[in-house]
Amino acid sequence: MGQRTPLYDAHLARGARMVDFGGWDMPVHYGSQVEEHHAVRRDAGMFDVSHMCAVDLRGPRTREFLSQLLANDVARLTDPGKALYSCMLRDDGGVLDDLITYYLDESWFRLVVNAGTAGKDITWITEHAAEFSVTVTPRRDLAIVAVQGPNARDRASPCLPAECRDQAMALGAFFAVPCGEWLVARTGYTGEDGFEIILPVSGVRAFWDALAAAGVAPCGLGARDTLRLEAGMNLYGNDMDESVTPLVSGLAWTVAIKDARHFIGRPALEAQKAAGVPNKLVGLLLEGRGVLRAHQRVVIPGVGDGELTSGTYSPTLERSIGLARVPAATGGRVQVDIRGKLLDARVVKPPFVRNGQAVIEI
Amino acid sequence: MSDVPADLRFTKSHEWVRMLPDGSVEIGISDHAQAALGDLVFVEVPETGRQVVAGDAFAVVESVKAASDVYSPLAGEVIAGNDALAAQPELVNQDPYGQGWIARLKPATTAGIEALLDTAKYSELLASER
Repeated sequence: MGQRTPLYDAHLARGARMVDFGGWDMPVHYGSQVEEHHAVRRDAGMFDVSHMCAVDLRGPRTREFLSQLLANDVARLTDPGKALYSCMLRDDGGVLDDLITYYLDESWFRLVVNAGTAGKDITWITEHAAEFSVTVTPRRDLAIVAVQGPNARDRASPCLPAECRDQAMALGAFFAVPCGEWLVARTGYTGEDGFEIILPVSGVRAFWDALAAAGVAPCGLGARDTLRLEAGMNLYGNDMDESVTPLVSGLAWTVAIKDARHFIGRPALEAQKAAGVPNKLVGLLLEGRGVLRAHQRVVIPGVGDGELTSGTYSPTLERSIGLARVPAATGGRVQVDIRGKLLDARVVKPPFVRNGQAVIEI
Repeated sequence: MSDVPADLRFTKSHEWVRMLPDGSVEIGISDHAQAALGDLVFVEVPETGRQVVAGDAFAVVESVKAASDVYSPLAGEVIAGNDALAAQPELVNQDPYGQGWIARLKPATTAGIEALLDTAKYSELLASER
């Protein structure tokens, strides 16, 4: 038996099919993954992401600590409430995790880390925090619910504590606001507008049921995966892990390396740049029928081979899409080995879909 | 509870077989199988004329989440694949025992059919897997 989030019983009550995800028993869908996907693109859907872990960092030197810990630069967090996406790297530049940092006040930052990596992350963070006297507190007393879609904020707002509603609706993109024990963030992993809400475990069942009553569709991890892939967002463990750097994972945009700031992994990234970055992560659109899947071989005639890191059927585009790590010299056309047949695919720049609309040419 | 029609035979890997009057058989996947797979988005049917032995992976059904092989319940020659599934793979979800058929086969012998699970045995299998 895997670990269970506080909403486990709520998922069973709504007919969820449960699967193991990184040691957690999580809903993959509640009937139809495709309908859940469309609910998020067209209206509003909600995800239990309480398997992810909020980690509070406190102390006057927290910003200085994060400046060294993360490949992105927390100096970009100038306004309280602002969120930052970043990789956390090993010394050799390998990606330990990708995470969100919320800047709450000068002595309080909150990270949200992936479920499967939470244990090693907390060990790593705690080790490095000591010299900055930063306290590291995993918050397993908190649950996390993502409400996503064009109508997500309007539907979710009345379900929030009354004193939080106005502040939540006033949030700019990629900002969060603490409200009592709650933290409401205008962030997400679907390419749609919406909230990610971190709240006490004790209140999450009532919140979930209120959202359902307000017309927000419960959505499983299956739809979460197709939505994030359409949105061109990486999944840790698929598209990058400890064996690769952000530079070969489509995440160079999250590495703040232009100024002289020291951060863990920087020398390794500089060495990789100097030697020539060998690979890149690209989006693929399958030209014909079939479905791209992780680990399929990508063939680039005259250049070499690559590999799909993620692949799925896109319910919005009604075509198959994927992310692939390919040699840096790869151009616009590749082939993918699907059960021994080489099928044509086109290299495209993610995202594939944003705010309900295709953003690539089909 | 999934639908298990009385006139069909089944395999442990959740294919069904319907005997047709001309001695050929129609093959698909069970209601239980389609429900477990979820929304199908791609079906690769076998080519006409292909010779298969029992247990050959002769078709592929792909849901949004994953690809699964479909195994031929019998030895024989493929006489038709259901080409309608190229444009409408969801027929397997909507009508697994009808319009969602996957292939028709001319069995090498009729002996293999008797060895397949009847409705009662397949229902028992489903109950034991829960």
